Amino acid sequence: MDLSFVAIQALSGLASASSLFITACGLTLVFGVTRIVNFAHGSLYMVGAFTAATLVPWLLEFSFGPVSFWAGILLSAMIVGLLGVVIEVLLLRRIYGAPELFQLLATFGVVLVLQDLVVQVFGPQDILGPRAPGLRAPVEILGRRFPSYELVLIAAGPVVLGAVWWLLRRTRFGILVRAATQDRDMVAALGVNQALLFTGTLFLGAFLAGLGGALQIPRVAANTGMDLSIIAECFVVTVVGGMGSVPGAFLAALIIGQLQAFGILIFPKSTLIVVFLLMALVLAVRPSGFFGRPEILASGHAVGIVSRRPTPYGRMLAAIVLACLAALPLLGDAYLLKVATEILVFALFAFSLQLLIGVGGLVSFGHAAFFGLGAYGSALAVRWLGAPMEAALPAGLVLSGLGAALIGAFVVRLSGIYLAMMTLAAAQILYAVAFQWVEVTGGDNGIVGIWPSAWAAPRDAYYWLTLILTAATVFVLTRVIDSPFGYTLRAARDSESRAEAIGIAVRQQRWLAFVLAGAAAGIAGSLYAFSRGSVDPSLLGIPTSVDALTMLLLGGIQTIAGPLVGSAVLHTMRDQVMPVTALWRLVLGSSIIAMVLIFPRGLVGTIRYWREDRA
Amino acid sequence: MSPLLDVHELSASYGRAQVLFDISLQVQPGEVVALIGRNGAGKTTTLKAIMGLVSARADRLTFKGQSIVGRPTYGIARLGLGYVPEDRRIFTDLTVAENLEVGRQAQRGGRSPWDLTRLFALFPNLAEMRGRRGGHMSGGEQQMLAIARTLMGNPEAILLDEPSEGIAPVIVQTMAQAVRAMKAEGVAVLLSEQNWAFAAAIADRTCVIERGSVRFQGTTADFLKDEALRTETLGV
Amino acid sequence: MSLLSVQALSKAFGGVVAARNVSFQVERGEMLALIGPNGAGKSTVFNMIGGQLRPDGGSVSLNDKAITLASPGERFRLGIGRTFQVAQAFQSMTVGENVQMALISRSGENHSAWTPARDRHRAEARDLLELVGMHEAFERPCSELAYGDVKRVELAVALAGDPRLLLMDEPTAGMALRERAALMELTHSIATSRGIGVLFTEHDMDVVFGHASRILVLLRGEIIATGTPAEVRGNARVRQAYLGDLPLTAAAP
Repeated sequence: MDLSFVAIQALSGLASASSLFITACGLTLVFGVTRIVNFAHGSLYMVGAFTAATLVPWLLEFSFGPVSFWAGILLSAMIVGLLGVVIEVLLLRRIYGAPELFQLLATFGVVLVLQDLVVQVFGPQDILGPRAPGLRAPVEILGRRFPSYELVLIAAGPVVLGAVWWLLRRTRFGILVRAATQDRDMVAALGVNQALLFTGTLFLGAFLAGLGGALQIPRVAANTGMDLSIIAECFVVTVVGGMGSVPGAFLAALIIGQLQAFGILIFPKSTLIVVFLLMALVLAVRPSGFFGRPEILASGHAVGIVSRRPTPYGRMLAAIVLACLAALPLLGDAYLLKVATEILVFALFAFSLQLLIGVGGLVSFGHAAFFGLGAYGSALAVRWLGAPMEAALPAGLVLSGLGAALIGAFVVRLSGIYLAMMTLAAAQILYAVAFQWVEVTGGDNGIVGIWPSAWAAPRDAYYWLTLILTAATVFVLTRVIDSPFGYTLRAARDSESRAEAIGIAVRQQRWLAFVLAGAAAGIAGSLYAFSRGSVDPSLLGIPTSVDALTMLLLGGIQTIAGPLVGSAVLHTMRDQVMPVTALWRLVLGSSIIAMVLIFPRGLVGTIRYWREDRA
Repeated sequence: MSPLLDVHELSASYGRAQVLFDISLQVQPGEVVALIGRNGAGKTTTLKAIMGLVSARADRLTFKGQSIVGRPTYGIARLGLGYVPEDRRIFTDLTVAENLEVGRQAQRGGRSPWDLTRLFALFPNLAEMRGRRGGHMSGGEQQMLAIARTLMGNPEAILLDEPSEGIAPVIVQTMAQAVRAMKAEGVAVLLSEQNWAFAAAIADRTCVIERGSVRFQGTTADFLKDEALRTETLGV
Repeated sequence: MSLLSVQALSKAFGGVVAARNVSFQVERGEMLALIGPNGAGKSTVFNMIGGQLRPDGGSVSLNDKAITLASPGERFRLGIGRTFQVAQAFQSMTVGENVQMALISRSGENHSAWTPARDRHRAEARDLLELVGMHEAFERPCSELAYGDVKRVELAVALAGDPRLLLMDEPTAGMALRERAALMELTHSIATSRGIGVLFTEHDMDVVFGHASRILVLLRGEIIATGTPAEVRGNARVRQAYLGDLPLTAAAP
């Protein structure tokens, strides 16, 4: 490896660091003021790229030259900034006080909506933008050719950093933003219109996202997968730098840029893994990132299960439902059984998440990791060991349990939004492994031919098997929730310092909860693999994690039955709506947003609230 | 003379629990009124309700003759009603000068506006630490900064919540001087206090709140004479 | 041998000294008040004794056993109970369950994952709640309680660990005046009858001078005076730096 090569790699690392910083800087600014982690930030980046890739060629038609090009880039960023304003006014300002789980879900709803809208507006094809006039010829550096556009990008990062620094330190707007970052109500009590301030911040944040996206058009074709890939990287940058810290984001982006540039030489396929490992490492040492501060948790934010006396009425209802479910194969056709099997699987998946979120207050945003590990555990056992279903199901359980033990060990040191981000990162690492380790996992295509043993192969037999395993696991978890162990989790959720002061080893208990919840999700994943006959990386993806969260939220997070009802409703809805519209994501996204805004207690929670209100 | 701040039958609830019941009180221009009562009597909630920080209902709630019911908090502040919360809520990451900048509002009325020079004359301590971060100040210094920050908005009246809470008794006297200085400048003050002796030393009139209702309203001198009322409502 | 012995504790946060060379003892059955203005380092000292903060230097020992680096949980098992400045009951549980939770933890049943928690240690939890006068609220959700009652429940929870030392951070903050006196009298009688040492911080000078057997005055991280209430009240430095001209405060008789 000669010097010139190293220099070129380092330079291209700097160029990607710059782009990443510009985008992530917007995310961290918005978080600092609004305390919302805006999942849709990556979507704004994508919109910026599509807008610029459409707008700039059109402007160049009128007058070819650098002015048109750069004006087009800035104009695109402005348009995205305005889109950010629309999102703030319509959605964000209604959820500033909501628990972070709801905020993450609502902004993910925006991601889904924008995915469908982008396809509607710009079409499904990738769009490659024009190269920048005046910067088409490469420059020579140490005898090697290097794109001159990349040099402009390298300069853009520090310029944005300087501009943002100046804005925050030297202008009244900046001082107000920093004050609002700390205490929004007090800023209002001093006569500052905070709604305007927040809208302004969202404009700035979205502008930066749009700028980041628009600057990419000569390098990368605008495509519909950009949103989730950039948001994952932005999360890493903001978390590693410390949420809300602009210099932290800059430093983190620099490190990640270099890691990607040189990591690709060592592990050609694993840049994503290297990046997320960095995040795991940094958070293990500094739970609030480089320059972040430990979050002060607002006590009003703990939502979850509360003590209720067991009623014979509830048990009777459970028995009746179980009996009806057991009798289903006598009535339903094969298709209905297939759907019912999937509902049971997802009910178990969502219920296992309830142990973490509803009981433990641990907002895991990467629960798909355990579902996927269970599925892959079984599939790998079948594919490589030739195991029968009876052995492959436990194999999935073991793999997901072990995975949860490993991931949990990192995660339980964190709290709040950092915990959510870490779980998300863990799931993304596994997703990358499944996607990139083609020899073992089959990559994008996954593994096929995962079928149940002969006795369980008929639809009704497999349905009964699923019902038995789901009911048994749910029953066990219900006991756990009511047991001393479950109570220690709730105690730690209600007041961590109080729980420690009465001798509860909070981290250890939470770690055990992760193992338990992970193993239960693994059972669901294994059952799912055998019901479909195949596995693929999407089982580990962000949308799968969000599915579980949506079911939980839909059913009601304060209730035990909530996730079960939620999965039934969501899955039935999906089954009915998906075949009739191409805009399923738009429908799902809007439903999630509507739920957060109108229906935060969920179905079961709302019914209970009405009943108690009347009583 | 019409009152500067006119509160008539103000009620407020947290969730389903009502905490204020038909509170009525008035503050005249340039007057110091003490709102006293035990912890939990509803003093802080009264001030927050006036400021629009908790939702409340009122038969009449006007400032300078304009209704402020349902107005956003920043709008109330911009009318010239300042607010210093109980826990001070200094921006700890910002310097003293930056904290004051957040509070700055355009001058209103004919009076000469507050600026750094005049504030530093009133609170000489602050002048020496204008570059210091709010988080690196003592409780008493933070209390002074909180008041100075509100004065930067050139208010005609200030709601001052428990100015003597949590600070050294020796600083309490400086607080008393500051309130007198504000009065001398023509700023009306409505302060909530548990420390009746402190309130008695600076207030023209006193309003006693008990379990969310006004129990007594009159001159401070009358309040001081009524020992039975004091024992009954404050336990002192 | 003192119950609690604190030797030369120091702590700084980013260059700001919060505690410097703090040394004192707590004896069995005594009520020791730690007072001083906001930011004097009371909470810092408190949290170093409770195990929430690790000191930069110095040592803490309970019954001659060094506990400087012990976790809050270990301290609980060794006999330190604590209440918090903002009452931190387990909001999602009933009053009874709050105490049961502490009893479960004391009995080492935290990993038990089958029989319901609500059936365990009911009688003992009831007795403890009776001690603080809250037994009638056994089945009520903690979230419905008035603030003063939450403080009582907290006391019962702290007592569930059968502590030798009770740490109370502003025990009466947010309570009505009469409730304050009642809570402190209750604490005092429990402390004397069980030989528990009590260390508490407090802003209300009535509570301090009315209920403390000894007072420790902290200023800018250092102890500037210790003694009986009468001695502290008469101390010129304390008057000058903290108490000031007493008649202006409600502490005046």
